Amino acid sequence: MRFRCLVDVYLKEGLLDPQGKAIEGALPAMGWSNVSDVRVGKNVTMEVEAPDRDTALTQVHEMAQRLLSNPVIEVFSVRSIEANEGVRFRDLR
Amino acid sequence: MTIVPRIGVVIFPGSLDDRDALRAVRAMGGEGVPLWHAERDLAGVDAVILPGGFSYGDYLRTGAIARFAPIMDQVRAFADRGGPVVGICNGFQILCEAGLLPGALIRNRQLRFVCRWVDVRVETTLSPLTAGLVPGEVLRVPVKHGEGQFVVSREELERIDGEGLVVFRYCAPDGSLDEAANPNGSADAIAGVRNGAGNVVGLMPHPEHAVDPDVGATGGQPMFESLLSSALARV
Repeated sequence: MRFRCLVDVYLKEGLLDPQGKAIEGALPAMGWSNVSDVRVGKNVTMEVEAPDRDTALTQVHEMAQRLLSNPVIEVFSVRSIEANEGVRFRDLR
Repeated sequence: MTIVPRIGVVIFPGSLDDRDALRAVRAMGGEGVPLWHAERDLAGVDAVILPGGFSYGDYLRTGAIARFAPIMDQVRAFADRGGPVVGICNGFQILCEAGLLPGALIRNRQLRFVCRWVDVRVETTLSPLTAGLVPGEVLRVPVKHGEGQFVVSREELERIDGEGLVVFRYCAPDGSLDEAANPNGSADAIAGVRNGAGNVVGLMPHPEHAVDPDVGATGGQPMFESLLSSALARV
């Protein structure tokens, strides 16, 4: 089966996120003065071929741990894993 | 017959400072040996330098892809045997990603690329770059990076400091710590760290750009002298 997987990666809480800070600094100039704690993360999306959903999840978890994130500074979460028997993501572009 | 230490410089796709590193090794009396990232052999060198640059375009995270290059298995094995390994700038980022050094390097606090001379204070002599130096000694070398802010958790920072793993700190010319001298917002003004065994060291500043008096300060000379003697100790 083919699974569409979404992984989010963020800097750990407590680490200053310089990009988030820059965005936070720019928003009041546009009139939004009610914004705080902006964090910028990464979103990785991929197709994984696996016999079942659990196997795909285990594999994506390991990918996220070993490559997609750096555990020293980042945390990740696997946002979704959905069976994708239909159109491939790349075909939509 | 004089024994000349052979210093390997790994070239990744996107490395920039490999030639300056090789040139600095030669200028200081060593033999520079270029090592291609796709090789699985260190050609019998006595020390390894991972040079600066933007390996793999800094994609994902700086150093994140380069750490999986074929030659890195050999670099890790060499480090495990006690071989001197030096990571400069992108090389430092690669060593952190590979888990050979503590901490990580993220975007500079002020969000700007920084390119200027800095002064760094030697904090320990237990590293291949500082073996012949004196703690407290101040060396002038350049930095040029967008992602050089050294970060670790609070507990890890205490451990690194407590175990004497900090090798260099950004400082004022007189050696005093001054936040204005910290070019990227690094935790505790840390410019370079070593591993527990003391044979792997990484730093953001570029000693290889500071060995020729014709182009500026020469704070890199004593670091390369130290590296050559650390390498010789293994010949």
